[in-house]
Amino acid sequence: MPETSGSQSLGTALKGAEDSNRSLEAGLDSLQTRAAYRKRVDLTRVLLPIAALVVLVLGWQIYVSLGLRRRDLVPGPLDVLGAVGVLWQEGTAQEAIWTSLQRGVIGFTVSILVGTPVGLLLSQVSLLRRAFGPLVSGLQVLPSVAWVPAAIIWFGLSDATVYFVMFMGAIPSIINGLVAGVDQIPPHYRRMGQVLGASRWEMAVNVVLPAALPGYVGGLKQGWAFAWRSLMAAEIIAMGGTLGFGLGSLLEQGRQLSDMGFVISAILMILAIGIAVELLVFAPLEKRLLRGRGLLVGSTR
Amino acid sequence: MTLLGLAVETTQEATLPDQPPVVVLENLGKHYGVDAAILENVNATVRQGEFVALLGASGCGKSTLLNIISGLDVPTTGAVEVPVDGAAFMFQDSSLFPWLSARENVELALKLRGVGRKARRARALELLELVNLAHAADKRPHELSGGMRQRVSLARSLAQDRPLLLMDEPFAALDAITRDLLHNELERVWRETQRTIIFVTHNVREAVRLAQRVLLLSSRPGTVVAQWEVSPEHRRDGAKAAELTEEITAKLREEIRRHA
Repeated sequence: MPETSGSQSLGTALKGAEDSNRSLEAGLDSLQTRAAYRKRVDLTRVLLPIAALVVLVLGWQIYVSLGLRRRDLVPGPLDVLGAVGVLWQEGTAQEAIWTSLQRGVIGFTVSILVGTPVGLLLSQVSLLRRAFGPLVSGLQVLPSVAWVPAAIIWFGLSDATVYFVMFMGAIPSIINGLVAGVDQIPPHYRRMGQVLGASRWEMAVNVVLPAALPGYVGGLKQGWAFAWRSLMAAEIIAMGGTLGFGLGSLLEQGRQLSDMGFVISAILMILAIGIAVELLVFAPLEKRLLRGRGLLVGSTR
Repeated sequence: MTLLGLAVETTQEATLPDQPPVVVLENLGKHYGVDAAILENVNATVRQGEFVALLGASGCGKSTLLNIISGLDVPTTGAVEVPVDGAAFMFQDSSLFPWLSARENVELALKLRGVGRKARRARALELLELVNLAHAADKRPHELSGGMRQRVSLARSLAQDRPLLLMDEPFAALDAITRDLLHNELERVWRETQRTIIFVTHNVREAVRLAQRVLLLSSRPGTVVAQWEVSPEHRRDGAKAAELTEEITAKLREEIRRHA
């Protein structure tokens, strides 16, 4: 910055004061900021869950070895593993997983595309919020399985039935998550947006959405859980017709054959996919989000 | 101190009384509903390029007054003349957005002003350089110290490019060393950018240290009860500054005692 006034000597004197100020400030800055966060791989994150799993499986095996129950009613880990192997060789397992996962992803994506704008609208327009808020919360409480009979009557045994039930499960969760996220925005963010001259739209895009992102991701996570559960419920109840063969269908088939190994392996596959999606998609997303805002310090994650 | 005293003297000519007024408050009053008035009969004029400190105890309606001056709120009675496009604002908590880096926070202010993408980046770095923070441009707010956050906040309020800058106790939460430093910093920025600044504080020394004019607000209802000019001589002469500080403090205490 050029000096606008003053003699040559005054200019240099000011420059000197400025330089000393600058170095003082730099010293203070380095004293007051913590050393950069170091990223390192923490083995306990991997080893502890594996250990927990081993303990559970061992307990299961020991219980089965005691011989208190009939083996065909309570199969052991090895029996289930065998059943999974058979299903895998037949190709049934892959087909079921692929069908369900595909439906899950499509249904969830559509739910996001519908839920997000609706949630944003409800959170920004108080008239709509008051009118539809209770209904949306209520829909979240209503088990989406309750929609299966209605959906079968409306859409028959087709993919539309499955998707409809998923939407009724996932969309209210996503809307509620976004609305809750918006409600938790500290008021000074909006005020700052107002001071910076943001229009209503600019405020929504630049302030409200990013500020509500942690709550929104929480809502998405729950939305996925609801979508996945609804999908399984729909697949178990609605079989045949033009419906493909999903994990829920596999489970129901196992029941009809009274094959416990079959049933347990289907349950475990449904669980495994749930865990995989959490570990591969939501956990890293949430962690990144929280770390970027300095919210992870001192948490047990 | 002497150097800074000189610095102030050079700007003195920029704030001659014939400068156009930026803010004019006439018999301004504010109350919410039937509650007692928060502000009553406030009269003040702030001229182009002036640095004015608003001093007052809690409950003097300083924040309400700033909101009115910035156009976020309207007075119940009286007349105001404030800049049409509002004012830049700086708060006690930096109010930086935690999901944006220091540079992006400054850039957002530019973006909302309609500055193009390329120009934004360059201008944001320039402003961070002005507050000696170019090295921390890509850090998120939680990685910065309180003083650094307030400097980013200052850079952001400068990015708003409004002639009037309102500061609501911006340094109240900082430690003494950092605050001293930021006083120098703010004085330099004021000199370089020729902004009109209205600075709210509880701290008499801070008011005398920074402002050219100190307005004392009474509490419940808030009104201007006294004002002092801080001359360049007060900057050069520590004893004189201490004397003035004492005088203002005595008056402030007297105001507070009235509520006993």
